[in-house]
Amino acid sequence: MGTRRYILSKVLQALLTLAFVMVFNFFLFRVIPGDPAALLLRGTAAYNQQNVEQVTHDLGLDRPLPQQFLVYVEDTLTLHFGDSYFLQGQDARQVISERIWPTLLLVATSTIASAILGLIIGIYSGWRRGSRFDVGAQGFTLFVYSMPEFWFGILVLMAFAGGVGPFPSLFPAGGYATPGADLTGLAHAADVLNHLALPWFVLVVAYMGEYSLIMRNSLIDVMNDDFVMTARAKGVREKQILWRHIVPNAFLPTFTLVLLSLGFIFGGAITVEYVFSYPGLGLLTVQAIDSKDFPLLQGLFLLFSAAVIIANLIADILYSRLDPRVRAG
Amino acid sequence: MRPPEALPTFEEGPPTGTELEPGPPPEVRDPRRIAWTRRRISAGRIWKTYRKSTLGMIGLAALILFVLVAIFAPLLASKEGLKATCPCNGILFSPPSLKYPLGTDNFGRSVLTLTIWGSRVSLTVGLLATAISMIIGSLIGIVAGYRGGVSESVLMRLTDWFLVIPFLPLAIVLASVLSPSLGVITIVIGITSWPSTARIVRAQVLSVKTRPYVERSRALGASGWHLNTRHILPNVGPLIFANTILTVAIAILSESTLAFLGLGDPLSISWGTTLQNAFGSGAAYTGQWWWIVPPGLAIVFVVLAFTLCGFALDEILNPKLRQR
Repeated sequence: MGTRRYILSKVLQALLTLAFVMVFNFFLFRVIPGDPAALLLRGTAAYNQQNVEQVTHDLGLDRPLPQQFLVYVEDTLTLHFGDSYFLQGQDARQVISERIWPTLLLVATSTIASAILGLIIGIYSGWRRGSRFDVGAQGFTLFVYSMPEFWFGILVLMAFAGGVGPFPSLFPAGGYATPGADLTGLAHAADVLNHLALPWFVLVVAYMGEYSLIMRNSLIDVMNDDFVMTARAKGVREKQILWRHIVPNAFLPTFTLVLLSLGFIFGGAITVEYVFSYPGLGLLTVQAIDSKDFPLLQGLFLLFSAAVIIANLIADILYSRLDPRVRAG
Repeated sequence: MRPPEALPTFEEGPPTGTELEPGPPPEVRDPRRIAWTRRRISAGRIWKTYRKSTLGMIGLAALILFVLVAIFAPLLASKEGLKATCPCNGILFSPPSLKYPLGTDNFGRSVLTLTIWGSRVSLTVGLLATAISMIIGSLIGIVAGYRGGVSESVLMRLTDWFLVIPFLPLAIVLASVLSPSLGVITIVIGITSWPSTARIVRAQVLSVKTRPYVERSRALGASGWHLNTRHILPNVGPLIFANTILTVAIAILSESTLAFLGLGDPLSISWGTTLQNAFGSGAAYTGQWWWIVPPGLAIVFVVLAFTLCGFALDEILNPKLRQR
């Protein structure tokens, strides 16, 4: 299969997946038991018969299903998710676009940092399998893997922002920047980084373990391959064997998994942003849950899914660049 | 799979001529009993290997401890202590003392009592959700692997789609659309976590399906149902089991996360809801560590226990890992 055809088929698959998510999202709010309009108003002061009918009409739920679907597709393609409920009068699209940058900053930088750290730990513990470092790293990995991110976040918040016992209150407890400080230039950047530090640290530590585990297993697989023995027989130095022969080969599967894990990091970002009241998409999700803001939730769900699908596509295409065998297969 | 030596065999082979003594008449053996004997022996062999894994044994011990605590919760702490109005409650937000070893919460309830009773909800939801996920995943994996063709491509495409949809946002959307209750949480976790099982099961079915004994059975006229329940399922079973245990760990983590986000049952006490209550009451800002550390540590240890058991079993049962 040629490169172009390979990429084309992958793009097509990604589009198909996106279409599936869209259809799924459409039916999600229509197959649920009960009247969606009543559901939207449930528990609010505006709950009465007239309002329910009004909302039913506003949502277009009184129209036939195929027509509803067409309207939905059009709205989604133009990124119009409907008005947000809890932020009165604001378009969900606008609300989301304001919150996207803090999350991108947090998720992108923490993913890169935890992937690099995790890979290095994984390489060393796989290479010195059974050593004291390996056992320690494995223990740490398992502990971190078993820990809910939000709980770790609360502990970090308590220790470094609240200032419990011997810990001084080093960092701000939450937010994106100091409100009302009106800083510009470098001072603003420093302020943003100061607020970013704690949630960033939590995400880096929480996902480092998973990457190191994947890298370690992949490394151990490759270490038993024949070409490693050949290299050793030729008298290649051990350091060279590790970094030139084993790591590049072991890196390939890990690389895909790192990109694939993006979906989980978004998930982790939801709770961690909530804990640190960091005004990104995660905190927005929690606010949408609290206020039963379904248009906003739907938009966020589509966005998270699209992000993961695009990350998958990038992984597939980059992978085929890194490993020509994939294109052939 | 090679039959072990101790196994009762169907045929002894043609007589070699050295055994001229007429033995007792051959017993009529019930094939079902043979199958069970074989399974018992195989389980014994797995247990023997498992016992050698230190981490696996530590995980198992911790697991048994947690299950015992959950079962005997009424003996360890009175259920009355869960009520906000119980006269047994102490001063609000008090740090650990002799009477309240882990302090009290915003209603003066003992955090120790909350943590002990929380194990019930967390374990139940984790186990039931896993059961749902296993049933869906195994069914789809077996049907896809066994039937092949169009149904396989359709089912696997569906699996890939579900695999791509980010788990937590999907669970959040589902849980917030339906009204919060333990049943809903369980179902939501169950129907969002099956895809990886389906893939593992399918891969194993594909490999089992082509083995000679399945072919022989088919040649003898066995129906699809017979092949699946008698030959394929018993061979895929152990792998499903190892996967199940790892899934329970993830399900318990998911339950606590959803509960922490306020999507759990507000009336039941789980570790997640306790943490939600603690965080919502500002325990993190006022340094009430006794309210936050115990339920969190309980989650970590129970997830760790399941993970250790799962990894140890996976090492034994997963053909991919066995050779290492």
